[in-house]
Amino acid sequence: MIQFVLLISRQGKVRLTKWYSPYSQKERTKVIRELSGVILARGPKLCNFVEWRGHKVVYKRYASLYFCMCIDQDDNELEVLEIIHHYVEILDRYFGSVCELDLIFNFHKAYYILDEILIAGELQESSKKTVARLIAAQDSLVETAKEQASSISNMIAQATK
Amino acid sequence: MNPFSSGTRLRDMIRAIRACKTAAEERAVVRKECAAIRAAINENDPDYRHRNLAKLMFIHMLGYPTHFGQMECLKSIASAGFPEKRIGYLGLMLLLDERQEVLMLVTNSLKQDLNHTNQYIVGLALCALGNICSAEMARDLAPEVERLLQFRDPNIRKKAALCSVRIIKKVPDLAENFINPTVALLKEKHHGVLITGIQLCTDLCKASTEALEFFRKRCLEGLVKTLRDVVNSPYAPEYDIAGITDPFLHIRLLRLLRELGHGDADASDCMNDILAQVATKTESNKNAGNAILYECVETIMSIEDNGGLRVLAINILGRFLSNRDNNIRYVALNMLMKAIAVDAQAVQRHRATILECVKDSDASIRKRALELVYLLVNENNVKPLTKELTEYLEVSDQEFKGDLTAKICSIVEKFSPEKIWYIDQMLKVLSEAGNFVKDEVWHALVVVISNASDLHGYTVRAFYRALQASAEQESLVRVAVWCIGEYGDMLVNNVGMLNIEDPITQVTESDAADVVEVAIKSHNLDLTTKAMAMIALLKLSSRFPSCSERIKDIIVQHKGSLVLELQQRSIEFNSIIAKHQNIRSALVERMPVLDEATFSGRRASSLPATVSSSSGASLNLPNGVAKPAAAPLVDLLDLSSDDAPAASSSGGDFLQDLLGVDLSPASVPSGTNQAPKAGTDALLDLLSIGSSPVQSNPSTPDILSSSQDNKMPIAKLDELSSTPLVPVRSTSAGGAASMMDLLDGFVSNSPKPEDNGSPYPSVVAFESSSLRLTFNFSKAPGSPQTTLIEATFTNLSP
Repeated sequence: MIQFVLLISRQGKVRLTKWYSPYSQKERTKVIRELSGVILARGPKLCNFVEWRGHKVVYKRYASLYFCMCIDQDDNELEVLEIIHHYVEILDRYFGSVCELDLIFNFHKAYYILDEILIAGELQESSKKTVARLIAAQDSLVETAKEQASSISNMIAQATK
Repeated sequence: MNPFSSGTRLRDMIRAIRACKTAAEERAVVRKECAAIRAAINENDPDYRHRNLAKLMFIHMLGYPTHFGQMECLKSIASAGFPEKRIGYLGLMLLLDERQEVLMLVTNSLKQDLNHTNQYIVGLALCALGNICSAEMARDLAPEVERLLQFRDPNIRKKAALCSVRIIKKVPDLAENFINPTVALLKEKHHGVLITGIQLCTDLCKASTEALEFFRKRCLEGLVKTLRDVVNSPYAPEYDIAGITDPFLHIRLLRLLRELGHGDADASDCMNDILAQVATKTESNKNAGNAILYECVETIMSIEDNGGLRVLAINILGRFLSNRDNNIRYVALNMLMKAIAVDAQAVQRHRATILECVKDSDASIRKRALELVYLLVNENNVKPLTKELTEYLEVSDQEFKGDLTAKICSIVEKFSPEKIWYIDQMLKVLSEAGNFVKDEVWHALVVVISNASDLHGYTVRAFYRALQASAEQESLVRVAVWCIGEYGDMLVNNVGMLNIEDPITQVTESDAADVVEVAIKSHNLDLTTKAMAMIALLKLSSRFPSCSERIKDIIVQHKGSLVLELQQRSIEFNSIIAKHQNIRSALVERMPVLDEATFSGRRASSLPATVSSSSGASLNLPNGVAKPAAAPLVDLLDLSSDDAPAASSSGGDFLQDLLGVDLSPASVPSGTNQAPKAGTDALLDLLSIGSSPVQSNPSTPDILSSSQDNKMPIAKLDELSSTPLVPVRSTSAGGAASMMDLLDGFVSNSPKPEDNGSPYPSVVAFESSSLRLTFNFSKAPGSPQTTLIEATFTNLSP
């Protein structure tokens, strides 16, 4: 089971955190500080796994971002690397060659996508196409709602003119 | 007007925060935004709720407190529209965790949304429930989730399946409700549902043995078929990763098969063929393929024995181990640790490669490999393995030396075939990484040395030589100094020469004393080492008559030491050398053989005890010099545990006392000794090492008064040897005089007892090039209990 997902920039800024096990606010800050210290310091040729407090953290760097997932001792590290890549590919398709700025300004989108890939720390969908389709459907629901809202407010504006 | 475009937009806020140059600026921006959001919350304005929540989430990610937004999430979830619910659930998952009471309030909204007609809203609710539900919520909402496992849309079914996984983890009792719906999920064609269904099935099997039996009977064949289909499936672009169709599904199927096959020979038999196929046919040039192989190997190791498959699996691991990719090597090491339980012989074959991994540049791999090597050691290979590891110790990184040293020491202690080998290996480790060796390790070494009477000469010579080469390793110096003190005569006279030994160039008595003197004067070594060196000197002073004068000089030099422990020892030892020639040789006799069984027993149980005694011993002295606890030393030398066999003879007693047994004088009832031999007391005090009579005595000023000194004659030696010695410390007025003898090296001569008012010689307590501190002592006539101390500070700088 994946305990949590972290996206950290090379400067150590947090871009996304998702916790599937209960960690208090204080613990979360501590975990992030500790792990970014360990992971950012590792050289590029070393393996992508770090042992940490009885868990393993699998991380992979994409451009300026480190994608980290903390897993249990008996989970498959190599598979988690594939899950990370799966997520990155879906982000890439959604944003069209994703970059860190996309994830900063559209952080909520990154969360929505992650929620279509993982639930309860387990993988829910192995098809990138299905995830993209589901996200698009929900985005269009939001758009329709927005349009309705603005047309109503336009109508109110018209009527009260 | 569009409600999404007024005020600062989310985008603007993020820009403003990113533009901040300093943390203070950022705090100011965040404070302003938070104030605005709070105001909006107070107005209960639904138009801005959506955006405010998004802002709060961003602020939360930066690490600022956002608890005031929790209720907003709940309100947002309760509103009717999809966009509000979407952001509300996101906020719920981000800003809250399952331990917060607020979460209970959302149960009702969740229940409604799980029954919503819009499937995307159902999906949101399932996702939130799966990520943060608590045990109470799990109980309340389990029926809804169970129902949704049969929902018409597969995307809801898969979410419900993972939600069930969470529910079972929170409340294992609910497992049986989910068994039947899961059977249907396992037959699905939709990969998402299949993957999550298999996951749910795996967790059910872990949670309940009934479920395990059920699925083993009902679903095993179907699952094997599913795996076969997916392994043999033609190219499927939607699920393809590196030429493999849906590796995630492969891995989950293999994991479930592992659960079903474990402990059941028939079930294991049923999956042999497909496992063999996966193990041989999977491409291993990409990570995805290796992930499957890795999972397959683990399944083969866990299911019931099949020789052929095991060989296949071990071979895969062998291939992994020689892979250039660090990730692959890491998982191979990880897997080999589990494989040891199954087939230790096969793992031993890879020993050389594993040893290479201990020397890898990657800390994660090194650590794994070292753990594995530790498991591989047995009586037969301990010698070559230890040799390799100690050789590597010489070149390893500083931060790895601690781990490595601990493991080597542990291996050596556990498997050492003979004492001489043990001593040799420990000597190597101490010379290379003595600073990383834990106290109990060198304590154990000293006990072993003390017990190996035929190796005393060899050991002392070996350590003498090692000390010439590396004098910076603390624990090496300690053991070496101890050995020289105990067996110095064997060093000088080459006693007990073994034929394997290199001939040592003749060591003179003064060479041996040199080594100890260097230790005591070194600035890099700590108090315990120096204190041990001081004892070694005392012992040598009797063993090497030719050096006696010189040793006395060295000891005297420390009379002014600022460290109380050293000063006290110096004064005590000096008085032994100067005044008690007649008993000195008896005092500094060799230590009796330390009892190994007692030591190992104590070692197991003494850890907390040592801690408590050392915390008690380190107290702040009036003059502000903190006295570091001498506990490790005392622990080493202290034989006073109740079951110590040496306690029978009075000579043994005497030695014990010499070694600091009276650390806990309070434990001896003072009434047992009818006529306290004051002189004996004095001697005991004199010899007590590491005990702190001076610090523990409440009447500290008495230290400096020698008024009653002369009342206490030194007991004759024959008395000493005939009387059972009981350390008694009476702290009643005047009784503290027993301590005076201890200090008579400090105060120049013993003044007459009646002469209370007479001036005492003043003492220069501190002197440097710029400052001199002098203490003058006087006693007010009529109150001999009180000593007046006048401190004079003189500025010596020109």
